Amino acid sequence: MIQLTVNGVSHMLDIDPSTPLLYALREDLNLHGAKFGCGLGQCGACTVLVAGKATFSCLMPVAAIGTRPVRTIESLGTAERPGPLQQAFIEHQAAQCGYCIAGMIMRAQALLEASPHPTDAEIRKHMEPNLCRCGTHMRILAAISAVSGSPASVGKPATETVR
Amino acid sequence: MSRDDQRLGNPARRTFMASGALVVGFTFLPGRQALAEMVLADEGAAVHVGRGLDKLAGSLKTNPYLDAWIKVAPDNRITVYTGKVELGTGVRTALLQVAAEELQIDPGQITFLTADTGRSPDEGLTAGSHTMADSGSALLNAAAQVRALLTDAAARTLRADPAALTVRNARVRAPDGRSKSFAELLPAVNLHVVAKPTSPLTDPASFTVIGTALARLDIPGKVTGAPSYVQDLKMPGMVHARVVLPPAYDAPLQSVDESGARATPGFIAIVRDGNLLAVVAQREWQAVLAQRALSAGCRWGRGRALPQPEQVAAQLRQIATERIVVADTRAPMATPVKTLHATYGKRYLMHGSIGPSCAVGHMQDGMLTVWTHSQGVYPLRDGLAEMLSMPKDKVRCIHVEGSGCYGHNGADDVAAHAAFLARALPGRPVRVQWMRDQENLWDHYTPAMVAQVKASLSADGTIVDWDYALWSSSHNERVVNAGRLLPATHLARPFAPAPSVPMTQPEGGGDRNAIPLYRLPNSHIVNNFSPTMPLRTSAMRSLGAHMNVFAIETFMDDLAHAAGADPVQFRVRHMDDPRALDVIRLAAQKFGWPQKVRKPGHGAGFAFGKYKNLMGYVAMAVEISVERDTGQVRLERAEVAVDCGQIVNPDGVRNQIEGGILQSASWTLYEQLRFDAAGIRSFDWGTYPIMRFSSVPAQIHVHLINRPGAPFLGVAEAAMGPAAGAIGNALFDATGVRLRDMPLGGEPLRARIAP
Repeated sequence: MIQLTVNGVSHMLDIDPSTPLLYALREDLNLHGAKFGCGLGQCGACTVLVAGKATFSCLMPVAAIGTRPVRTIESLGTAERPGPLQQAFIEHQAAQCGYCIAGMIMRAQALLEASPHPTDAEIRKHMEPNLCRCGTHMRILAAISAVSGSPASVGKPATETVR
Repeated sequence: MSRDDQRLGNPARRTFMASGALVVGFTFLPGRQALAEMVLADEGAAVHVGRGLDKLAGSLKTNPYLDAWIKVAPDNRITVYTGKVELGTGVRTALLQVAAEELQIDPGQITFLTADTGRSPDEGLTAGSHTMADSGSALLNAAAQVRALLTDAAARTLRADPAALTVRNARVRAPDGRSKSFAELLPAVNLHVVAKPTSPLTDPASFTVIGTALARLDIPGKVTGAPSYVQDLKMPGMVHARVVLPPAYDAPLQSVDESGARATPGFIAIVRDGNLLAVVAQREWQAVLAQRALSAGCRWGRGRALPQPEQVAAQLRQIATERIVVADTRAPMATPVKTLHATYGKRYLMHGSIGPSCAVGHMQDGMLTVWTHSQGVYPLRDGLAEMLSMPKDKVRCIHVEGSGCYGHNGADDVAAHAAFLARALPGRPVRVQWMRDQENLWDHYTPAMVAQVKASLSADGTIVDWDYALWSSSHNERVVNAGRLLPATHLARPFAPAPSVPMTQPEGGGDRNAIPLYRLPNSHIVNNFSPTMPLRTSAMRSLGAHMNVFAIETFMDDLAHAAGADPVQFRVRHMDDPRALDVIRLAAQKFGWPQKVRKPGHGAGFAFGKYKNLMGYVAMAVEISVERDTGQVRLERAEVAVDCGQIVNPDGVRNQIEGGILQSASWTLYEQLRFDAAGIRSFDWGTYPIMRFSSVPAQIHVHLINRPGAPFLGVAEAAMGPAAGAIGNALFDATGVRLRDMPLGGEPLRARIAP
């Protein structure tokens, strides 16, 4: 049996100890936020927090987690009551397909917990491991900046109407 | 099929776009008047529009009944259907806005459903930036006609003047306070009627939903971990499958040692048919482990050799056996005094979806249901029925969102895997997801291309002739038969893919946007199409337009320099389309063109394109920076002007343009598929790098020009070509070196500019 503490709740799971955390979250705990992207730690779609650190859950065997608490995007809020970072992503409409977004938010959450007011350069550097293919990066940066209190890097000009 | 459908000549249920590729032919029948019949040709199979339906708006041409789009339930709930799908562009929200506006219903009160062969209209593929033109136009008109029919019914029921009635939230009200809900009016109205060519459309000046940045319906769930994708589907009794794919094209499976896979905990079954091989397990990780064991037990024969990447350009000229002249204009011209020519190259690129393709299949009581992120559930349904020798009405394909696809990725192929495995294990839902290397190695890549251009200037700096040729293989290997589904080609009795055929103008395939919108008195433009493909290819966002607009727009800069003219002024001088001029001038003005002062290592570039010469107008000025020591290029800033007709959701347009620019910058500067004779080598993100945060621009500003009441023009692919052209021009401005082979950044650039 593997004991896992996820989002403040302790679980006993009868699974292969080599199972990557991602599969335990999605299949056993019904936490679908973290996504399978590459299984190689190259894209960050599976990012969750393990003891507060952004971690590729696709690579981390459940046996290696021990007593460290795991947090997933589901711990930050719900669609009805989103957390501050989730709210910022909604306000900036910072998603296209959105497949990468749970991982983006969790990596950003790790940064903001360690350093509440990062600079734009620090945010970019921190987010480097996570890939987005839709090109939503600038809205993601703006949403993170909005929560960190640093000036947003993107402006939104008004629509100009001709005729 | 209803009797009414038959009476209408069974209009083939597929797609249409308001502005686009239609060929009108006339059929002369003895003793009868000429009947117009419209054939719609875009991606996928051509579609014939029934007689008398060609005047209808958008996809009403192929799905003319109003109640195919809008249903009123006895409890007064309103359900609106589209035959299109959400691919991550936010278009579901925009379509809902259109319907809500004309139905005069709060968007939150509408149940809005997307493509499902069991219940939605058949709008073919969601592709080619057609959705707003096809489905948006259909919904706008269908909703207005439904509202009018219900209002007329209320006028009769209430004995009131229809002009005095108002509609709000599925209820029609008279000035004296009496009212009827839509549901109460159902007995007095027939919504199963064919749409009319004209509709009582709302005055755009009084729009309250169209034109507003309604927040996307899907984002709250996506940012909080709610199940949102086909990858997230869970069903009682569901099992997990993984497939083993050949190590190279056409490699035969010689033998399989199944012992390792069978010994894996949770093992359920190995399914093999010829070269199709898969393993099914209770749990997902067990399926992954079993797949690894099974893969290790396979012995494959040699596959087909690939060309070396550096041979591709030369080989394209040999295998492109169809020479299609897409423009040939001749007019008197001033004497040419200067002639320029250039050759451009593009490598194979991949879609690069972040989530590998996935599907769930379930065979129950002879009925096969497949949940899929395919761009075309109806064409997929037809292909699956053929592959499995099942009647079409026993196969249902339901769209569920997946990771962004940007075109024809593995979605249909993995759906065929799920269908095949579900039939092998009836009664149990089977979820299949490809692994990262499979998504990369078995993609339908966007074709490598070569373009060659020659043009002459007169003494006053005007272009007097233009000669352009391109070489490319197919951008359109969509599912038109079972053989276009990868698993069907692996069966012991394999299906053969339908032959590759070129797409036709005005939409075009490889030749999309090959015809410049500029005024060219003499032009000769040739699409050299290769029906054979060294690598599997198909549609990727903007098809040939990325390459053609890159070539045209960077060559326009060369011509401007040769004419001693400012590149923006040079474009303005050669442009007649007033809407094109508006976006060109707006982008230049917002950027502060011409830029008087440059930072060291920085450059500015400008480009324009009207997508397919039929859809959204995009002009942009960009600033880039170059590191001379490394060849690293970064897009720093873009000022973009966009005109896509009547804007439905301005923030949705901005999001698509911003994303398109970043994706195009990644293609243009950084990406190329790696391969050699033995196979594809770009199996992961290390061997196929794409843009990361360190290369993301500091600023992109999108400036929208709204055209109230004008037709919706597709916009989601419109930035790809202009972004490539503007970056190419900025790179020349920064370095003085003209690069014509993409990707533009990296080692080849460093070799030419290193200090």
